[in-house]
Amino acid sequence: MQLRIRDLQDFWSGLLFIGVGAAAVFLARNYSFGTADKMGPGYFPTILGGLLVVVGIIAVIRSLGRDGGALKTFHWRLLLYVLGGTLLFGVLIRNAGLLAAVAVLVLVSTAASVHFRWRTVAISIVVLLVLTTLVFVKGLGLPIPLVGPWLGG
Amino acid sequence: MDIFSNLALGFDTAFTLTNLIYCFAGVLLGTLIGVLPGLGPVATIAMLLPATFSLSPVTSLIMLSGIYYGAQYGGSTTAILINLPGEATAVVTALDGHAMAKQGRAGVALATSAIGSFIAGTFATFVLAAFAPPLANIALKFGPQEYFSLMVLGLVASIVLAHGSLLRAIGMILLGLLLGIVGADVNSGALRFTFGAPELADGIGFVVVAMGVYGLGEIARNLEDESERRRVVERITGLMPTREDWRRMLPPIFRGTLLGSSLGILPGNGALLSSFASYSIEKKLSKTPEKFGHGMIEGVAAPESANNAGAQTSFIPMLTLGIPSSPVMALMIGALIIQGIQPGPTVITSQPALFWGIIVSMWIGNVFLVILNLPLIGIWVRMVTMPYHLLYPAILVFCGIGVFSLNSSTFDVYLMAMFGLLGYVFAKLECEPAPMLLGFLLGPMMEEYLRRAMLLSRGDPTTFITRPISATLLVVAVISLVVVLAPSIRKQREVVFKEES
Repeated sequence: MQLRIRDLQDFWSGLLFIGVGAAAVFLARNYSFGTADKMGPGYFPTILGGLLVVVGIIAVIRSLGRDGGALKTFHWRLLLYVLGGTLLFGVLIRNAGLLAAVAVLVLVSTAASVHFRWRTVAISIVVLLVLTTLVFVKGLGLPIPLVGPWLGG
Repeated sequence: MDIFSNLALGFDTAFTLTNLIYCFAGVLLGTLIGVLPGLGPVATIAMLLPATFSLSPVTSLIMLSGIYYGAQYGGSTTAILINLPGEATAVVTALDGHAMAKQGRAGVALATSAIGSFIAGTFATFVLAAFAPPLANIALKFGPQEYFSLMVLGLVASIVLAHGSLLRAIGMILLGLLLGIVGADVNSGALRFTFGAPELADGIGFVVVAMGVYGLGEIARNLEDESERRRVVERITGLMPTREDWRRMLPPIFRGTLLGSSLGILPGNGALLSSFASYSIEKKLSKTPEKFGHGMIEGVAAPESANNAGAQTSFIPMLTLGIPSSPVMALMIGALIIQGIQPGPTVITSQPALFWGIIVSMWIGNVFLVILNLPLIGIWVRMVTMPYHLLYPAILVFCGIGVFSLNSSTFDVYLMAMFGLLGYVFAKLECEPAPMLLGFLLGPMMEEYLRRAMLLSRGDPTTFITRPISATLLVVAVISLVVVLAPSIRKQREVVFKEES
């Protein structure tokens, strides 16, 4: 009889749990384990990691035995725009300043939308630049440079 | 009576001009953001947290609780108007609320929700005032064993309430606990799971996780069905419930309030449970159960009062034990700690003005909600129809600046992006993020209490079951777990959670 994965959600989350749990146990080897009455820094993570592996194994076994959720489509393109924009924001905020970081984040992230129009993007950028400058820098006085060193600020 | 002098102190604190203004601002902001599509209270509070740093502890907590109620109320508004519950507790409201809206009774549904929430809020304020101090007294006797067992109970409760697979929810808790202990170990100073990054020595920030999972991850998911057009109720007329409506809504409001107030005290998200439970109670009591889901006013009144009462009494474990019962409460604890106050049983005696001020301000917040919402419904409707593609870039910008400003750290921004990815993957695998967040928060506390308990008992684990309070808590935890795993209830639970989709 051939084994077939019948619940992909259980299967993949199981693998994820096993992976993370095993990694935790593996890394925790370097921390002293201690004893039950004097727990070292490795004690709790080792137990948690072990339990997570057990839960993961049960999930994987269960995924073979009963029908369950199909895996939903991953829309990587959308995710890439949202996360990519955020990462760029992180790179830019200190080096190029708030204005550039906000503009790039808005530009990149709106590219994910099916409603992308240059005109609305331009308006969004201007509105958000004014709003964030007024609220965060002027209003709350957060120490964020408006124009950073990369742009000569 | 003692309660009344305490409440008087609370009124003195809450009724200063500054606090009233911030309470009002919180309720307004919360409702505003709550009615915007795709933003729940967790993301809202996380985003606005940095704005409260410069305020005094009382004022900042008053504002944050205002945001919480506002966001919750906003969630019900969207549930009724466009069948899009802003958050989990409004899921049940959408069933009959939206049906009422389709029959042209959106105004009455919104008014019912506001009236129910107000009555529930008023009652829950007194429950809070009456039960918090004795509970804090009991909590003062708690040793590390009791705290540990209480956290176990809280985590179990969060599994019980999680949607979907129980097994995966347990996995999410363990994952959260592990993520929570990243950073320097308090006892030995050993750096754990930091991968050599000095930024991780202090651990992962809760706001970073919350914004990543609930902010970025949600946005990516919402963008998938962006082309879906929302059916919006055009005009809202006739806010005032008729005499017949009043007669039908009041008993459910009182039942919902009682249920919500008692369930809210339990660790675990009692507000959510009580909204589901009160709906099914009304359905059972009704002479016409088949009409539920087709615009029964009882189906709006009961869950709305229950969840508001529950939301309020869930401050009890937070304020008296320092243990968060939901991600929102965790953010509140975070806010208190940033202000230099460690929540716990001593807060009532050491900071009476803070404690009672917050309690009274909740009631004031409820008054504001009623005043604010009924006349402003027109504006909320317009906010609800705000197109998502104009909104989400702004949410991203606020998340980015918010996270960066916490520690002026770009590392946190990258970390948030990583949790956004995780949040998206979990959504695809139908792993509920709330248990993970709760585990994340309790991780370091649980380890610490486990350590202390085992040190006191000289390594004997039976200490958790030989102490009566600790044993009781664990027994309750085991019973709830067994009950959920029982096949008949399990089926029912699946039905309950399915009703929403």
